[in-house]
Amino acid sequence: MIRFSNVFKAFPKGELALKDITFHVGKGEFVFLTGHSGAGKSTLLRLMYAEQRPTSGEIRVSGFNVSRLRPADVPRLRRRLGIVFQDFRLLENRTAEENVAFALEVTGARADAIPARVMRVLTQVGLAARAHAYPRELSGGEQQRVAIARALVNDPAILLADEPTGNLDERATRGVFQLLREINAGGTCVVMATHDLGLVRQTNYRTIELREGAIVYDSAADGPGGTPIGEGA
Amino acid sequence: MRLLLREAFLSFRRAPALGALTVTTIAFALFVVGLFGLVAINLREALRSVEQRVEIVAYLLHGTPPETVTLAAQDIAAFPEVLDVAYVSEDQALARARTELVEFRDLYRDLAVNPLPASLEIRLRDGYRDAATVAAVAERLRGYDFVEDVRYGREWIEKLDRLRTLGAVVGLSIGLAFAAVAVVIIGVTIRLEVLQRAREIAIMRLVGATNGFVRGPFLLEGALKGLLGGMLAVLLSFLSYRLFRGQVGLPVPDLVFFRPGHIALGIGFGVLIGLVGSLVSVGRHLRNV
Repeated sequence: MIRFSNVFKAFPKGELALKDITFHVGKGEFVFLTGHSGAGKSTLLRLMYAEQRPTSGEIRVSGFNVSRLRPADVPRLRRRLGIVFQDFRLLENRTAEENVAFALEVTGARADAIPARVMRVLTQVGLAARAHAYPRELSGGEQQRVAIARALVNDPAILLADEPTGNLDERATRGVFQLLREINAGGTCVVMATHDLGLVRQTNYRTIELREGAIVYDSAADGPGGTPIGEGA
Repeated sequence: MRLLLREAFLSFRRAPALGALTVTTIAFALFVVGLFGLVAINLREALRSVEQRVEIVAYLLHGTPPETVTLAAQDIAAFPEVLDVAYVSEDQALARARTELVEFRDLYRDLAVNPLPASLEIRLRDGYRDAATVAAVAERLRGYDFVEDVRYGREWIEKLDRLRTLGAVVGLSIGLAFAAVAVVIIGVTIRLEVLQRAREIAIMRLVGATNGFVRGPFLLEGALKGLLGGMLAVLLSFLSYRLFRGQVGLPVPDLVFFRPGHIALGIGFGVLIGLVGSLVSVGRHLRNV
């Protein structure tokens, strides 16, 4: 699904944001990306959805060679992905339903098929009753559910989530995380960047830890029960 | 397509102030161009009516036989530049002087001998009323032995010529300068709109919208604003035309307004400005993100 091979990413000033990143995420996996702020989690995700290009190395996502993707093909890649952010990124002047429908409309989906598909994902995230509410009328957790519904409506193979619970209280965090687990259980590959170690420890999903732009720990590489590199073994 | 229209109208409703600013800018820019255009076409119209009065008068020697004059008149009428030739006999000249020069009526009445010469009045065709042609025709007229003198108000015609050239140059350059300023201002206002909606554009791209899809509503909106601005400019021009038309003391009998073709051209130009402004602003934005 996702394969990084010796990927380097330099900041405009020449400093390295990511150093020699190599990993592989298989179909249907759930992977945590952890690390402090500035460790490179968001950059790694941005490379996956072609918001940024690697300085060197090869990236393959869902069959696309992202490192050599033509600008015109970026929309095609994005339609195979669902992307969720800490700040939700909903359109304020559209209802929950319209925000979700929007993602279908831009892909040129058939207009008569849109309402049913929108309702299906809103039901899936538990917000069918609030379909006509505007983002400002929704709680943070609810807004993030709308964002997740929008990410799901195109049936993505991969869901990328950049600190999806970063702005949420504990209860909303649990709900959103549960939702992401359900989505993963349905076969969608989920990559979630977070610095909430509480969440990471709740499960035994694969964890990749970044520090200063390099992978310092990958639980899959060490096999089950592996220990963080930095902590010695 | 329906989606495109809906998006374009939605955005207009969402940011009415900025949209109105764009429309007004286009309208005022085109209005200024329109005003200069009006001045230009009315100047041309005025010059044309003045030009129609340009005539060459050949004064004939006293005692020239009428047959000779008639023959020469036919000859002159056949010049390619000449529209028509009128013969004014000595008696007609005197009669005309009596009615036209009221101040000297007494003087003319008491005359024993008619001092006025007979003349040929020659009007030139459209397009042959410039100083050079007039001078050339006058020169040819002098070639007849019975022509005593040729008058055509040389300075007057040359002045007209200069005025016409000046009018065209000033009108065109000021009009073009304003059009250029208009394009820049419109580019900036549309850029403001694009920036205001940068978040929305980013989200559109994130969910997989193509650049064409992002651009579409902006272009349509730009064209619509151009259309509105163009129509508003025509309305403003018409109102000022009406305002000036009633004024007395203008050197021309009546002002003229744009013909339908000109109006369509102006509105079309508005649409073009709106389109190009949007295309440039959105294009630049999309390249930078």
